Amino acid sequence: MKKKKLTLSRFLKNSLTFVLVFAFSLLFLFPTVFTIANSFVSESEINANYGSIFATGESGGKVYISEKVNLKLIPDRVVFTQYYTVLFKSPDYLLKFWNAVILVLPIVVFQLIVACLASYGFARYRGKLRQLIFFAYIVLMFMPYQVTLVPNYLVADFLGILETRWAVILPGIFSPFAVFLLTKSMKRIPESIIEAARLDGAGEWQICTRICIPACRSSIFSVIILIFIDYWNMVEQFIVLLTDRDKMPLSVFLSEINTGEISLAFAVAVIYMIPALLLFLYGEEYLVEGISSSGGLKD
Amino acid sequence: MLKKYIKNKKRKQFNEHKRAKISSAFFLLPSLIGVAVFFAIPFIVVLYYSVIDDPVNKNFVGFDNFISLFGNEAFRLAAKNTFAISILAVPLAVILPLLLAVALEGDIPMKSKLRTFLLSPMMVPVASVVLIWQVVFHHQGVLSNIVTLFGGQAVDWLKSEYGIYVVVLLFLWKNIGYNMIIFMAAIGNIPKFPIEAAMVDGASERQIFFSIKLRYLSPSILFVTIISLINSFKIFREVYLLTGNYPYKSLYTLQHYMNNMFIRFEYQKLSTASVIMFVVMVIIVGILFIAEDRFGKDVEH
Repeated sequence: MKKKKLTLSRFLKNSLTFVLVFAFSLLFLFPTVFTIANSFVSESEINANYGSIFATGESGGKVYISEKVNLKLIPDRVVFTQYYTVLFKSPDYLLKFWNAVILVLPIVVFQLIVACLASYGFARYRGKLRQLIFFAYIVLMFMPYQVTLVPNYLVADFLGILETRWAVILPGIFSPFAVFLLTKSMKRIPESIIEAARLDGAGEWQICTRICIPACRSSIFSVIILIFIDYWNMVEQFIVLLTDRDKMPLSVFLSEINTGEISLAFAVAVIYMIPALLLFLYGEEYLVEGISSSGGLKD
Repeated sequence: MLKKYIKNKKRKQFNEHKRAKISSAFFLLPSLIGVAVFFAIPFIVVLYYSVIDDPVNKNFVGFDNFISLFGNEAFRLAAKNTFAISILAVPLAVILPLLLAVALEGDIPMKSKLRTFLLSPMMVPVASVVLIWQVVFHHQGVLSNIVTLFGGQAVDWLKSEYGIYVVVLLFLWKNIGYNMIIFMAAIGNIPKFPIEAAMVDGASERQIFFSIKLRYLSPSILFVTIISLINSFKIFREVYLLTGNYPYKSLYTLQHYMNNMFIRFEYQKLSTASVIMFVVMVIIVGILFIAEDRFGKDVEH
């Protein structure tokens, strides 16, 4: 096949595409970058820039509040005061951060364990009944909270765990997303490997834990990232299952700080992004792989 | 001899088959029990609640709850708004990522950087960027400043008819990366030979895109459409973080309605709305399932 020639029109077209996509991606980066930039801005500058939006009654006396919002990417003076205040002087925000950790970690770990076993069960034998159950799992996976919160509420009420962390954690553990993705990945393991292991005398448990789970390692990383960001961002549960403000994670609490402590809010927002952004930094390839393999219900 | 041998082997295989069936079923147990306890069994209770008059009297009323729910003004408003948001959000959430994926497959520099940029919003918690959205869309915010600069009126964007666009924008910001990756994977999986053959025959790039690539992409387009439709039902999260439990009228979604019913302990309305939503979801996922089967066969041949 002859190679495509780089003609002038092709070059222009590529340049135009690049400029468009580049502009678009800068637009996408803007909210994150802007939040990070503003977390290093001093309180007086924040008030001067955005005071007109977030000012409450009591701060009305301050003179530096401008009528209009002043959007800035580069602060006049870079300060770390906000971070110092958040990390050492306002335990409330830190507590909300740990609230998120306490909820998300057990969900990720146990959903993964339950899913590793279940996906082996779904991949190892594919009868009619199991296919039907798997379809039910897919339907459940797609259910919006409008549907699942009512059953979750009823069970939590029945078990007496309403308003405790268990009301959020337990349904999270049995959420079928990880099962869906890992089953797809386990079905890709060649039958011959499993056959060989069995001839060598390996039992089902050994086949599952020594062969199938290690073989799905990269899918497991993808699943960890996807479950983590999903639950790190959870909101709905805290309107119905766990309304106690002391147990709220930052994902809900952040939106409530916007008056009064606006300069702190930017720093808190950044601190809350960090775990997710670190995962992204180190696991982007796994994330991409996970998303790619989630595209489609069939394997 | 040989017959006996085959028969024995078959029986052995059959036993093996049965053994795999039973022993691997145990691996399903933890998940099955959890799903049954936290989702399936309580949902049966929800179904039951949707056909009785109230949890105390327990009189069977058939479809009365459904009929009265459809007559309920708040429910109709919520359903209408949710539908309107989906109609606006879904096409954009399919077309924009498709264009971006095609562009990123082309001959442009910095491909992997651009992919990272576009995917990054997925990792940022919505709550972390709510402040920015408020700075931009507030009555005295950035957008109002720009509009007044050109002689327009300052608007409190979230508390006006424009609110739905602001929310959809946040939704797109968060979801476009995910959809784009699915399309990029699908584009990568298009076999080379039909394209090469078409090029030899002198087909233009546009012809190749529309008559070959798009055909191979159709299952992914369908999948992304349905996923986006489902995700657009979850747009409540963005609305809630931006405007709280009592948003502007056009942003009052089904989840808001459900929350209000929760607060008022209206189990009938809650359960009935939940059942309706469930049926809608089963239909949507069922369509996806059947269509994937069809498309799969179409592309194979």
